[in-house]
Amino acid sequence: MSKTDSETRRANQLLLEAIQSPEKLPSLPLTDWDLLIRVARRVRLLGRLEADLSSMGLLDNIPSKAAEHLRASRNVIEHRRTLVTWEINRILWALKGTDVPLILLKGAAYMMAGLPSAPGRLFADVDLLTPEDRVLELEEKLVSKGWYKTEIDPYDDRYYRVWMHEIPPLRHRERGTEIDIHHRMLPRTSRLQPDPALMIEAARPLAEPRLCILAPADMVLHSMVHLFLEGDPVEGLRFRDLLDVHLLLCHFGQESGFWESLVPRASQLGLTRPLFYGLRYSEQFFSTKIPDFVQFELWGCKPNWLVRTLMDHLVPLAILHGHPDYPNSWASLARWLLYIRSHWLKMPPLLLVRHLSYKAYLRLRGITKKVDLAQLDLRQQ
Amino acid sequence: MRIADQSIKVLEDNLKNCGLYVKFGSFTVRIHSDIPSVSELVNHFYAIYPCASGDEIIDFHIGIEKPKGLRRWYRPQSLFSVDGRLTFQPYPVEHAFPALEWGINWCIATRAHHLLMLHSAVVERNGNAILFPAWPGHGKSTLCTALVHSGWRLLSDEFGLVRPEDGQLLPIPRLIPLKNESIDVIRQFSPGAIIGPSFYGTRKGTVAHVRPPEDSIYRMDEPAKPRWLIFPRWIANAPLRIEPIPKSQAFLMVATNSFNYDVLDQTSYRLVTDMVNNCDCHTLVYSDLYEAISAIDDLTRIGHE
Repeated sequence: MSKTDSETRRANQLLLEAIQSPEKLPSLPLTDWDLLIRVARRVRLLGRLEADLSSMGLLDNIPSKAAEHLRASRNVIEHRRTLVTWEINRILWALKGTDVPLILLKGAAYMMAGLPSAPGRLFADVDLLTPEDRVLELEEKLVSKGWYKTEIDPYDDRYYRVWMHEIPPLRHRERGTEIDIHHRMLPRTSRLQPDPALMIEAARPLAEPRLCILAPADMVLHSMVHLFLEGDPVEGLRFRDLLDVHLLLCHFGQESGFWESLVPRASQLGLTRPLFYGLRYSEQFFSTKIPDFVQFELWGCKPNWLVRTLMDHLVPLAILHGHPDYPNSWASLARWLLYIRSHWLKMPPLLLVRHLSYKAYLRLRGITKKVDLAQLDLRQQ
Repeated sequence: MRIADQSIKVLEDNLKNCGLYVKFGSFTVRIHSDIPSVSELVNHFYAIYPCASGDEIIDFHIGIEKPKGLRRWYRPQSLFSVDGRLTFQPYPVEHAFPALEWGINWCIATRAHHLLMLHSAVVERNGNAILFPAWPGHGKSTLCTALVHSGWRLLSDEFGLVRPEDGQLLPIPRLIPLKNESIDVIRQFSPGAIIGPSFYGTRKGTVAHVRPPEDSIYRMDEPAKPRWLIFPRWIANAPLRIEPIPKSQAFLMVATNSFNYDVLDQTSYRLVTDMVNNCDCHTLVYSDLYEAISAIDDLTRIGHE
């Protein structure tokens, strides 16, 4: 086994064990802590480790240097929570007197509903779902109360308006938080077309009745769609998104009727394939307890042998990042292939070629944003 | 162990292979580089900085290296990386060393959120520190460099690192980057200062680095308590003016000139309130360094007695 292979394995193992059994972290040697901090930061799970250790009262039992890094990450996360909570408060204020349905998605939903996937999760934006025929009204109302449409180039604007499942983000004049308004789960051009009306209809109100979150099965399915269809070429599949899937399954799995409703709902929304993969890899990485009958019900929807074997090779390669000092080119290839796959599912072939060529052209011309070190200033935070 | 305890051959080898471990105050950095000018300047500037052993937790794993493709040979560039990620604009290879110095500051500013980070120079004498919060171009680095060559100890020329547990200031005695006219001003003011080569045409103009005096480096683990807040401003030909300002105004000037005041939220509010309450607060307008330093000496002597 080459050095790269063994170091990749060591780094991945460290992260997996830390997430699965945080109670063992106090006995971790310093050199392992050093690597764990780097690897966990890369997949944005430092905050999760902090939250786990904190809930077990173990933060005083780890090396002080490790505790510093975890505390730094917690401070950022708490700050973001404050920002997002305030943004939601302001959205409600701006929309007083209207009855546009507001369904929180992803991080903001987990946080406002107090779900177990919320602690230690880093998120910056407010993602909302609303019926397509209400989007314009919602956008205009927010713009009249101080938000503005972020400036993007005409290509991106068209990309959003014509093909996407969301509109270009809105941002308030005085605050940095972005609001992403969605009218469906996936782009209009996507082969999978879960009916947003069904999801909106099933949404559940929160304590603040003007805000809703998706029903349990829909929320789980959305987290899987997000995992398998919204990667980026460098990050690949996001390990933290798979962790969300696992935590949501564990949480809602205890509600009566959840498991019984899961496969029928996925069939109704046309999302059995993401469900198949979501359950498969959640079980593989986190030993999620999934009732046998669910697996049995899904057996009919499983992908063919070839695709399954390919995914079983690509997903584990892409989802963990290995050792930062020993980049693994197979993993980069796997990430890229999964990125192409996610686009393949979201766009017809010609459009896909056009879109990816445009993005590659931008990269080639160096238009992709890079940080200028000399301009270290207070606004970079 | 200090960096100079190893031969330049070993140092170069470490930079290329396992990395060179350097301590800057409470931060440990591991540096990779395959650029000859970097190893030369690291050897020159970091010689008396302490080494870390490598079997501990490193704060930042960074690299400043030649790119792999065409730009390794044609108009060669240098790329800064953190944890192997290259998300920064390239620099001409001649500017690799300033890029490394900026890069380390970037790491601190974007990651060290366990501390309150004020944008301020900090110097100390007899356990009491002066903070000089200032906006770029207000002469903070020049004044700070002159002070640390006049009997004050350098904690930092850029970061006022406040420890939330007790409000003490943590030292991070890094090289001081002087810009443009300041370089000659300091050469004249303090001929004994260790000043490196000038880098022309960087994105900040001409830059030359000053190594802090030995004492500041040897005492990089000794915190200090904030005692004075002085807001400096260099204005050409202006007569010296040093005036007390209300605490409320000082509070706002400190809070709005911080890297992460908002991230630490209530903790920041408490820390800055305590700091302002415990400090004498002044503004300083100066054009002549000697006058400014003697005014600061007078002010801090009175304050100290």
